[in-house]
Amino acid sequence: MEGLLREIVGKYNYWLYIVLMMIGLYAMIAKNNLIKKLVGMNIFQTAIILFYISMGYKKGGTLPIIELPPHHHEIPPDAIDISKYINPLPHVLMLTAIVVSVATFGVALAIALKIYKEYNTLEEDEIRMRIRER
Amino acid sequence: MKKLALIVAILCGAILIYATSEFPEWGDPNSPASLHVSPHYIKYSVEETEVPNIVTSVLADYRGFDTMFETTVIFCAGLTCFLLLRIFNEQGEEEGVYYRHLPTGVVIYFKRDDVDIRDEDFELIDSKFVPYDLIIKTVSRVLIPFIQLYALYVIAHGDFSPGGGFQGGVILGASIILLAITFNLKTAIAKISEKTLGILSALGVFIYAGIGCLCLLLKGHFLDYGKLAEILPVNPIKARALGMLGVEIGVGIAVMAVMIIIYINIASEGKHHEGL
Repeated sequence: MEGLLREIVGKYNYWLYIVLMMIGLYAMIAKNNLIKKLVGMNIFQTAIILFYISMGYKKGGTLPIIELPPHHHEIPPDAIDISKYINPLPHVLMLTAIVVSVATFGVALAIALKIYKEYNTLEEDEIRMRIRER
Repeated sequence: MKKLALIVAILCGAILIYATSEFPEWGDPNSPASLHVSPHYIKYSVEETEVPNIVTSVLADYRGFDTMFETTVIFCAGLTCFLLLRIFNEQGEEEGVYYRHLPTGVVIYFKRDDVDIRDEDFELIDSKFVPYDLIIKTVSRVLIPFIQLYALYVIAHGDFSPGGGFQGGVILGASIILLAITFNLKTAIAKISEKTLGILSALGVFIYAGIGCLCLLLKGHFLDYGKLAEILPVNPIKARALGMLGVEIGVGIAVMAVMIIIYINIASEGKHHEGL
């Protein structure tokens, strides 16, 4: 029982992101509307971003900006306590990933707009029907 | 189809949850992700680059290539939006413009597109009914300069506090998008034209790659900012911080321009005539 509780407390963040990710995956596969598919894709991306950020967290750590001593611009490397600062690498990766995801979402919307102009619908089965009719 | 998708999602989730039993616990300081390069970044960031914000130093210096191509991806996304959606008005397809006379509330419709009234009593509006709203316009007029000032602060102070080119660029772009939403798409385009946006988005990537090439010309490696000390009146370590600042400015310009390009093209379906 104690082992299970420990497992839940230690890992529940990953489980939440997996649930979120699967919601996105389900929306991408099952939804008929292209915009809903895109929303599913965005949920999926958000889950991955949260997953990375939570991997970089250290208990008791603060944000990765080195506290300099007052009136100094330098601090010797040995004076820095690594466990005090959270891992900066996932933050860097996700920082760019967020902006790139916004930009790619813009491209996806542009393509959806083009599809709507061509077929007058965003429902996948109707688009397929209209392609077959041609 | 829906049942199949549900089965796939649940199966995938079950496998992934099973895999988490091998994962380190949440917040474990000795997790594998925190043991390889990240201690070096945390320890030596200030000594090697004089930048206390480790995220910025990793973003712009240690992983400079990555960020350069991320910026290129954003530039390409803006370009794609433009190429996919932009429609240039052919002759004889003029849609006309609507103006509202503010004191009386009368709406005037001009059949020609090139009508341009610059009078305080007249206001350009969209063809769909838009009620006149003093509160929204006043608030956004007061807020936009402060949003832009804050964005510049976020870009310029990214070395020392949370911030940087990506965040500041998005805030700067959001201020123009706010203008386009609250006033009119044409008002925003009059402030910052499409041509300027295209040039700015390319300029941002050019600044980034240009700083990299400048380091090459100074006999260093690509994006090795330490070599900039030969042309800047600082020591090589401070030159790294300044090189990062330059790169962040480039990123900020590119991100701002691309965000606005994406918005105006999608909101007006490429016509640049009316927004949302």
